[in-house]
Amino acid sequence: MDLIRRLLLLAALAAALPALAQEKFIVVASTTSTEQSGLFGHILPAFQKKTGIQVRVVALGTGQALDLARRGDADVVFVHARSAEEKFLAEGHGVKRFPVMYNDFVLIGPKADPAKIAGGKDILGALKKIKAASAPFVSRGDKSGTHIAELDLWKLAGIDIAKEKGPWYKDTGQGMGPALNTASAMNGYILADRGTWISFKNRGELAIAVEGDKRLFNQYGVMLVNPAKHPNVKKDLGQAFVDWTISPEGQKAIAEYKIGGEQLFFPNAGAPGA
Amino acid sequence: MRNGAILPLRLSDVSFTAGGRTIIDGISLEIEAGPSTIIVGANGAGKSVLMRLMHGLLDPSSGRVEWHAREHRGAPRKQAMVFQRPVMLRRSAQSNVAYALKVAGIPKAQREPMVRESLDGVGLAHLARRPARVLSGGEQQRLALARAWALHPEVLFLDEPTASLDPTATREIETVIRAFDAAGTKIVMATHNLGQARRLGDEILFLDRGRLIERAPVEQFFSKPQSAQAAAFIKGELPWT
Amino acid sequence: MSEALGTALKLLADLDPKLVEIVLLSLRVSLSAVAISALLGFPLGAAIAVGRFPGRKTLIVFLNAFMGLPPVVVGLIVYLLLSRAGPLGGLGILFTPSAMVIAQTLLILPIIAALSRQAIEDAWREYEEQLRSLGAGRASAAFTLLWDTRFSLLTTVLAGFGRAAAEVGAVIIVGGNIDGVTRVMTTTIALETSKGDLPLALGLGVILIAIVVAVNAAATLTKDLAQRRYG
Repeated sequence: MDLIRRLLLLAALAAALPALAQEKFIVVASTTSTEQSGLFGHILPAFQKKTGIQVRVVALGTGQALDLARRGDADVVFVHARSAEEKFLAEGHGVKRFPVMYNDFVLIGPKADPAKIAGGKDILGALKKIKAASAPFVSRGDKSGTHIAELDLWKLAGIDIAKEKGPWYKDTGQGMGPALNTASAMNGYILADRGTWISFKNRGELAIAVEGDKRLFNQYGVMLVNPAKHPNVKKDLGQAFVDWTISPEGQKAIAEYKIGGEQLFFPNAGAPGA
Repeated sequence: MRNGAILPLRLSDVSFTAGGRTIIDGISLEIEAGPSTIIVGANGAGKSVLMRLMHGLLDPSSGRVEWHAREHRGAPRKQAMVFQRPVMLRRSAQSNVAYALKVAGIPKAQREPMVRESLDGVGLAHLARRPARVLSGGEQQRLALARAWALHPEVLFLDEPTASLDPTATREIETVIRAFDAAGTKIVMATHNLGQARRLGDEILFLDRGRLIERAPVEQFFSKPQSAQAAAFIKGELPWT
Repeated sequence: MSEALGTALKLLADLDPKLVEIVLLSLRVSLSAVAISALLGFPLGAAIAVGRFPGRKTLIVFLNAFMGLPPVVVGLIVYLLLSRAGPLGGLGILFTPSAMVIAQTLLILPIIAALSRQAIEDAWREYEEQLRSLGAGRASAAFTLLWDTRFSLLTTVLAGFGRAAAEVGAVIIVGGNIDGVTRVMTTTIALETSKGDLPLALGLGVILIAIVVAVNAAATLTKDLAQRRYG
């Protein structure tokens, strides 16, 4: 009985000890759509090889990612919602925002196309037609970058979606994948980032309805969390990551990431006004 | 050395009520060293409760239970009790006896010879390593006696120890009890087996509805009961013994 | 469904190192949580079983109720505790397997304590008179009963392990589902589901269930063999 007790104790201790060696690492708060696109799986090993720094990505919605950083639980944020990022900076939680890359959104819809928008290049016109036809539309509703972009597009189209939505507008509060699943199940329209769409396997009757409109471009920004406000932030390691992503090497790695032969992300560090 | 001699035991006007019922009603008596004392009475007379009051498993609702010397915590107990159904831990027979010694504070090195001696004394040495719970009813009860014996108690309480056993096992238990008695342990036993009472007892305590009705040497009780209840009891019970 | 089984078998046959890593981490986290919960929960259950103190009945009600704690809630609470902005932020263990072990321990501790309390209380009813007659104090009796009821307690441990291995709500919040660091079976299944890769998610689910069944089978076999020996 004593022996068993001793073994149990040893087991507990052994398990509690971190099996990971005390290596250098940073926590980067990013979004689920970025993580699920597979970009990090491609570029982070290159960064680790060069600097020896392990990057641990916690993937959440944009709003949650920024909130995580506000609590000091991340060293770097890597998201795509400019207005939210600027607010984050203004609050003093970030040091400086650098544009990194962009990808684009696509409007996905059922092949049956009840709103008659397939093949178009005008996103605002398409949204107006969807509302007019009361065609089923799935929104992420989760404060994510994609959700914020969607809301901005409704506003640009002159529609106060909060007031004017009907039962055709489904506010799901889900991540990109689950929302696509929902759209697939109900043959609805949905705004998605191209990366998640390319990797999405459960398409059902869905296909790209509208793409290429400049207003669908989705800009990413990277920021070091402010060590002045959060002293535990790994300032040097985090800065090394920020610097690398906007360096020619990092930008090249981003450009080289392809799914099915297609480039998903377009590096644009240093682009004015991005 | 250890606790001082704890007999005689004195009960002063002891009562016990539970659930609104008076189970023991004002019993006063003294238990002395020497003769084996058998408590008899009908079912519900209060034999078991009286035993537990004496052994200390129950506290009286009123009155006092006083031993001659107080037992100290941590020292080996000078009284032991064997219940109608033996309660054995899920370990070997010898471990069960060793456990009792461990609780009594006997150091590990001394336990083994004591365990062996007790098991020999009840004829269970060949079953020492067997899991206690797979032994037969009679064997387990013998083991309970061995466990009680291991500490050489001054008083051994037995609550209907053979009520659940067949005649062969009963005889074996009675043999062990007689050996205890011969070795000087005070026996206090409750039974409704009057033949057993006659075989093992020196004196009888007769209980009826929580009261001590009669106390007499064994032969006198059975041949010349003084109280009407005792007479009726003996008459009524006799065909069944 | 058959596609899922096919995927599951292929994954197992390939012995994909990523899969192995995920399975090992899952086992490590859940088994650690079970071990710690047992270390804490058994004495707690035993103490409540044999103890007599004011508020005991209320404590038992709460203990039983907490068996059904929602994992997300536990995860959220532990996250708030371990966050840098929280009281234990200085430990820096958020988003590590240690945080996951802590969250799962809190989740299954009530299960282990409540079930062991029940088992030992039942045993106490059987043994109390005899143990007190031998002179055993309550504390000593409690430990004796813990060993005596070891077969029932093994079942309790299995119940705890099953709960821990199956939950996702707690570990995903405090672990962050970080690739290669805190990604376990359940969070991987959640991830693949949300990516729309349902066959892969189902395949992983089949593997997870198989592992839990295997653990249960091994433990039950051991228990039966031992029980036959000790009665």
